[in-house]
Amino acid sequence: MIDREQVLHVARLARLQLTDDEVERMAGELSAILAHVERIGELDLEGVEPTSHVVEVSNALRPDEPRPSLPREVALANAPDTDGEGFLVPSPQA
Amino acid sequence: MIELTAKQLADAIGRGDVSAAEAFDAYRERAAADDLNAYLWVAEERPEAGAGPLNGVPLAVKDLFCTEGVPSQSGSRILEGYRPPYTATVVRRLAEAGAPLLGKTNQDEFAMGSSNENSGFGPVRNPWDRERVPGGSSGGSAAAVAAGSAPWALGTDTGGSIRQPAALCGIVGLKPTYGTVSRYGMIAFASSLDQAGPLTRDVTDAALLYAHMVGRDPCDSTSLEHPEAIALPSSERLDGLRIGVPRDALAHEGVEPGVLAAFEATLARAEELGAAVVDIALPHADHALSAYYVIAPAEASSNLARFDGVRYGLRRDADEGLLAMYTHTRHDGFGPEVKRRILIGTYALSSGYYDAYYGRAQQVRTRIAEDFRAAFRECDLVATPTSPTVAFKLGERVDDPLAMYLGDLFTIPFSLAGLPAISIPCGLSEGLPVGFQLGGPAFSENRILDAAYALEQAIGFTPLEVGG
Amino acid sequence: MSTAYEPVIGLEIHVQLKTRTKMFCGCELSFGDPPNVHTCPVCLGLPGALPAVNARAIHYGLMIGLALGSELAPRSVFHRKNYFYPDLPKGYQISQYDLPLCRGGRLGDVRIHRVHLEEDAAKLVHVGESGRIHGSDASIVDFNRGGTPLAEIVTEPDIRSAEQARDWLQLLRVTLRQLGVSDVNMEEGSLRCDANISIRPAGSDELGTKTELKNMNSFRFIEQGIKAEIERQEALLRAGEPVVQETLHFDPRTGRITSLRSKEEAHDYRYFPEPDLVPIDITDEMLEAARAEVPELPAERQERYRTQLGLNEDSAKLLADRVELAEYFESVLAVNGSEPQAVANWVTELAARLDEGDPAASKVEPGALAALVGLLSDKAITVGAARQVLDRLVAEGGDPKAIVEAEGLGAIGGGEELAGLVAEAIAANADAAEKIKAGNMKAIGPIIGHVMKATKGRADGGEVTRLVREQLGL
Repeated sequence: MIDREQVLHVARLARLQLTDDEVERMAGELSAILAHVERIGELDLEGVEPTSHVVEVSNALRPDEPRPSLPREVALANAPDTDGEGFLVPSPQA
Repeated sequence: MIELTAKQLADAIGRGDVSAAEAFDAYRERAAADDLNAYLWVAEERPEAGAGPLNGVPLAVKDLFCTEGVPSQSGSRILEGYRPPYTATVVRRLAEAGAPLLGKTNQDEFAMGSSNENSGFGPVRNPWDRERVPGGSSGGSAAAVAAGSAPWALGTDTGGSIRQPAALCGIVGLKPTYGTVSRYGMIAFASSLDQAGPLTRDVTDAALLYAHMVGRDPCDSTSLEHPEAIALPSSERLDGLRIGVPRDALAHEGVEPGVLAAFEATLARAEELGAAVVDIALPHADHALSAYYVIAPAEASSNLARFDGVRYGLRRDADEGLLAMYTHTRHDGFGPEVKRRILIGTYALSSGYYDAYYGRAQQVRTRIAEDFRAAFRECDLVATPTSPTVAFKLGERVDDPLAMYLGDLFTIPFSLAGLPAISIPCGLSEGLPVGFQLGGPAFSENRILDAAYALEQAIGFTPLEVGG
Repeated sequence: MSTAYEPVIGLEIHVQLKTRTKMFCGCELSFGDPPNVHTCPVCLGLPGALPAVNARAIHYGLMIGLALGSELAPRSVFHRKNYFYPDLPKGYQISQYDLPLCRGGRLGDVRIHRVHLEEDAAKLVHVGESGRIHGSDASIVDFNRGGTPLAEIVTEPDIRSAEQARDWLQLLRVTLRQLGVSDVNMEEGSLRCDANISIRPAGSDELGTKTELKNMNSFRFIEQGIKAEIERQEALLRAGEPVVQETLHFDPRTGRITSLRSKEEAHDYRYFPEPDLVPIDITDEMLEAARAEVPELPAERQERYRTQLGLNEDSAKLLADRVELAEYFESVLAVNGSEPQAVANWVTELAARLDEGDPAASKVEPGALAALVGLLSDKAITVGAARQVLDRLVAEGGDPKAIVEAEGLGAIGGGEELAGLVAEAIAANADAAEKIKAGNMKAIGPIIGHVMKATKGRADGGEVTRLVREQLGL
């Protein structure tokens, strides 16, 4: 079960605004999904190693050699707002 | 020309029966006239392609592959009109091998979905029955290939997103071993599961396209060299092959009788071809869906954090301050299914819940991989229906996310274990195609393609009429 | 009677590594270039881009671990640290969490908790009113710095004063500079330091509530900031008020400490293993390569100077902490190896005349300094004369012996000449002579001064004193 407050808390962490209706709906839907998902709690997994990579590869290091960077106008081309040199954002301090 | 498979078309171009330019124009016209909403963008003219062995056979590419200067939106309004400054490794490789970009295909938003109804740009229709879904998330690619508006297409599979739409559209879809195809330039859904693969009219085409996709990419640390060269299949027998069937898993109430009947008939054909069908157990398969719906949303919640309105894509309400910009941009840019998964994933990773959700799910993943290792001591390949149902009606499951998720029941275990699996059409149920899934150990694509080819010849499935 | 408090301090240091390219992409590192000219799909966090670990960053990380005596993890893993900020393009920082590259270790008298690798954030420049977005203050993001490799070094809470924190950080800086893994420049931000500070009643074993003092960008500010925070916490406790766990900022202009606590709820970074990267398994080859590049470090050198060369603690530390002095010292010793302490003293004298300069780049050849020490130990010149010679060497270079001869700086021995000069001096300072006879040896100053003036400092002070006593019949 996940209640309204938890939905709001998680939405804040995820920087996701939700309307009141959405909060209500999500609380119901997420609870149903979590109820299903929580069935993994039934398993005895004592001492089982977690798998984060299915294929055994390690290191895969890259040599410290420069590669061309993007021209600035290309880097900025998709930006919603720029001053021609950088990405313009609302100040975090404001 | 349209009725030719990609391999046949490549041969025809090679012989000079038809030019690459003619082939491109013919498909360009069909793609531009597409009325299934399978395409989000179609090339205006033929792009330059390498003089490789694919001879200029055009390729439809799922929207989430980045293509330089061409819209790459991953089916999301938050990336509407986004044109990346670079091209995904696999798309570049295929272009160099002679497969020019024909168009970008519709998909569920950020590859989250099994019906293509979650696209920010409208649902795709199934060419077999326009009132039904084509499956997802690579629904546009599957529909385009089935309807003959593309000779072949690229898709991606996270929990079944190539195999399930291939099944629902009556075509072939291969999800390769995790790591054999570079993910660089694929807009990520769940990094540890995402894998690119071919959607094609037949098994030979799948082998041909996949053969030019594989290879380690220094830009993708999780990629690796395939230990075998991918060969075009030719064997028409299955002598000595042991096909394992997880009977317990098949007993799920949601499996349609028509699907089960087509599946059993295909097993019988396999035996006629010399295969032995054996019972195997995948004791944790029952929990795969649960583990998947923790792991995939968790990774997605992090992968989608970059859509913040700062560097690209949608931006809302910057004049109301940083927090408003973040939260409103993401509210307006993401659809409901994406929001659901971001919330589930954020919850599963958050303080106090990690061990119970993400940690446990990763342990279940270990168990599932062990199940398969044990199974592959008893058999060479594992077979299941690809999807428990045939294509369902548009709108039928949109209000029940869990019912939608259950459609991935048979595809997810292979995804969690990183194993290759193919879906081939094996017959019809209620006039709609049924998919037969065949999976194997890591790097066993040649074995899978060989077996799938032999079955394909024996089944003689009649595809949708696409000529004319 | 008021309680005495003991500060407990641990440091978290971020060091920008001096690789050619960024941590996870091939963009070149840059300082002072125009904004956003060193970016690519990876360090801009474009959709679909994937990180790839810079081998040299791992190499440098291992060198740091070896230099600090850390345990190097056979397998380490990158994690994602999730939070939103405009300088963090992916919405997460790739860092290390429970499996860092190095654990444990020690530098000087402070234990190391861990060393891990991560990527730097971009630069956020507040442009305020001039860049307003429809009435809101704006900032500009420059991604040139974003993705620069960082080593984060975390100490155990072993530091007990602001001065010790400053001194230890200086030792760390010298060590890292000698390793050649970083520019370690605080002003330019290649060395950044946060301090975790708590206080407790002296003698107590329990830890008090700690605060985190952020980003102090000079050694002086670190000392001042920590001092100010210790005082602030003491004042709170004495007033019976609790210390609140929070993040603080020290303003060096006002000396004031302010809270950085945001209105937001506490962070929840949702760490999980970075699925886009594979584990780092340290191979024997990687270890050997790192070992081969770790030179003798200040702590080891100091120990060797004390035990093998017999230097006193101050000299050993001074030389070991400044690599260029140590190297010069050793090249002088190669010429004159018999008197390490005397050589050390004269290298120190030389260093004082060169301000912060490298003696190897001065006009004083190591052979000349060795010769100077030789003249002194042969009593051919006095200490005062030696200082004059050194001044000349610094200004013009040359051979000490030639300078001594040309300037007539040779010591005046115990012969008739000196006895005569002492007699003259006694005669000229009759008052002082009387006082000495009355038992006040301190009055000898004017007499010695007279002799030194007459000999231009070439007389040996001890010999002059002996002659004064002799001639006064003491």
